[in-house]
Amino acid sequence: MIDYDSLLSREAQAIKPSGIRRFFDIAAEMDDVISLGVGEPDFKTPWRIRRTAIDILEQGRTNYTANAGLVELRKQAAKYLSRTIHTSYEPQHEIVITVGGSEAIDLAIRATVNPGDEVLVVEPSFVCYAPLVRLAGGVPVVIETKAEDEFRLTAKALREKITDRTKLMFLPFPNNPTGAIMRREDLESIAGVLRETNVFVCSDEIYSELTYSGKHVSIAEIDGMRERTIVINGFSKSFAMTGWRLGFAAGPEPIIKQMLKLHQYQIMCAPSVSQYAAVTALKHCADDVAAMREEYDMRRRFVVDGFNKLGLDCFTPQGAFYVFPCIRSTGLSSQEFCERLIYSKKVAVVPGSAFGECGEGFVRVSYAYSIAHLKEALVRIGEFVKEIRNG
Amino acid sequence: MEKLLKILRKNARLSAEELAVMTGRTPAEVETQIAELERKGVIRGYSAVIDDEAFDDDSVLALIELKVTPQSQSGFDEIAARIASYEEVESVRLMSGGYDILVSVIGRNIREISQFVNQRLAAIDAVQSTTTHFVLKSYKENGIIKTDPEKDERGMIFP
Repeated sequence: MIDYDSLLSREAQAIKPSGIRRFFDIAAEMDDVISLGVGEPDFKTPWRIRRTAIDILEQGRTNYTANAGLVELRKQAAKYLSRTIHTSYEPQHEIVITVGGSEAIDLAIRATVNPGDEVLVVEPSFVCYAPLVRLAGGVPVVIETKAEDEFRLTAKALREKITDRTKLMFLPFPNNPTGAIMRREDLESIAGVLRETNVFVCSDEIYSELTYSGKHVSIAEIDGMRERTIVINGFSKSFAMTGWRLGFAAGPEPIIKQMLKLHQYQIMCAPSVSQYAAVTALKHCADDVAAMREEYDMRRRFVVDGFNKLGLDCFTPQGAFYVFPCIRSTGLSSQEFCERLIYSKKVAVVPGSAFGECGEGFVRVSYAYSIAHLKEALVRIGEFVKEIRNG
Repeated sequence: MEKLLKILRKNARLSAEELAVMTGRTPAEVETQIAELERKGVIRGYSAVIDDEAFDDDSVLALIELKVTPQSQSGFDEIAARIASYEEVESVRLMSGGYDILVSVIGRNIREISQFVNQRLAAIDAVQSTTTHFVLKSYKENGIIKTDPEKDERGMIFP
């Protein structure tokens, strides 16, 4: 018998599986669950994009592309960045097309982090940052954001965590799971702290197109920050292209050069059909994006209002497609709330604690669903909360 | 207003309060706007989309093409208005192409519809000819798909 324990990598084994896996298994096995759990759009990829992919398949253009991605796609990505975040990148040397934003995150870490380096992770946030930092030998250092700051990162909280070993900071806004965004003035004050240091920023802007009442602002636009920032974006959320697995990173050449080298050994290139389709997305689909944003915006208002009426305080998020209501008034922990809700009312939401310790006391609710679906879910959650409060 | 119509087209049963929340207005503003749209005749009514097949297997939907001699004063309007006033008629449209007016009619059975065509439509002097098509199956009506709803295939992928 082979001894798997001695076979397995100690680093891999040390990574904790996601704490709520068990909860998702429950949800998957139950019938008629109303889910508010998924983190992907309910829209289909706009037809024009799908059409391009069909044409490309028909023509048999299914080979590898350049390692960094199709030249045309990098050019379009550069145009897109200059249009949306008013920052120019040179398509040949400052942009790499990746397998989703996820790969770009991993590349950014491994291109910069040496063993023992500290990496700041703003929480609550997407769950991949800390494990990937550890795999690279880095030390994740959590910066907690708070409901009273509308889950924005403050200069004060940042300053407290910077040491002379701090190498990198992840700035995940618009934020999953809170829906928080950073306004220009918030970014200015963060930049004020960072400019005096040697800390590099990895700005995960995958939800940038889903910013409501106002335009998304990137930290790369702030004075002096372009040279110390990698911008990560992608097609999954903005163009409803999750399954196409396509993203990109843009930043200063010395960093992109290292990222590209790792990407080339690890992945070769992002899927070619997806890349051709993404050219169409960037060139022709701004109207589709705007229409989806408008629809999400209506649902956002509907859901925020719904939770506040149930007495579950919910700040009005300005980005992504999540709301993050506080459930402390029920006396339950996030985990208990979610488990009891799914067993008694068959509604699935995600415990806030899954996104970092400071998410405890909150739940993540996705509104990537129809109004009719959201309405029914809110009715059931309302019944549940009433039953809990009446003991 | 456009936003409001877009929502109502899909779901006319949301309350003024819900519509107000969704569009960032006050309930009073929404009520005023809807009243205005109704007064102007933009909103002509609120009706349920009923699947007649699910309700009553025997009902029949027919589309009837009419060739019509235009009248010297009113063109096609007078004849079309007269046909529109018949209770059995669901829709009346003036068409470009090989015929002039398209009428849709719901009847309890084929006989009822043939009677209607014979006695009410063909009897109008200006109607030169009729061509009746019976609908075999309806897949989408008023923007609502009538076959089984699509399943949400998104998994509980974390996060």
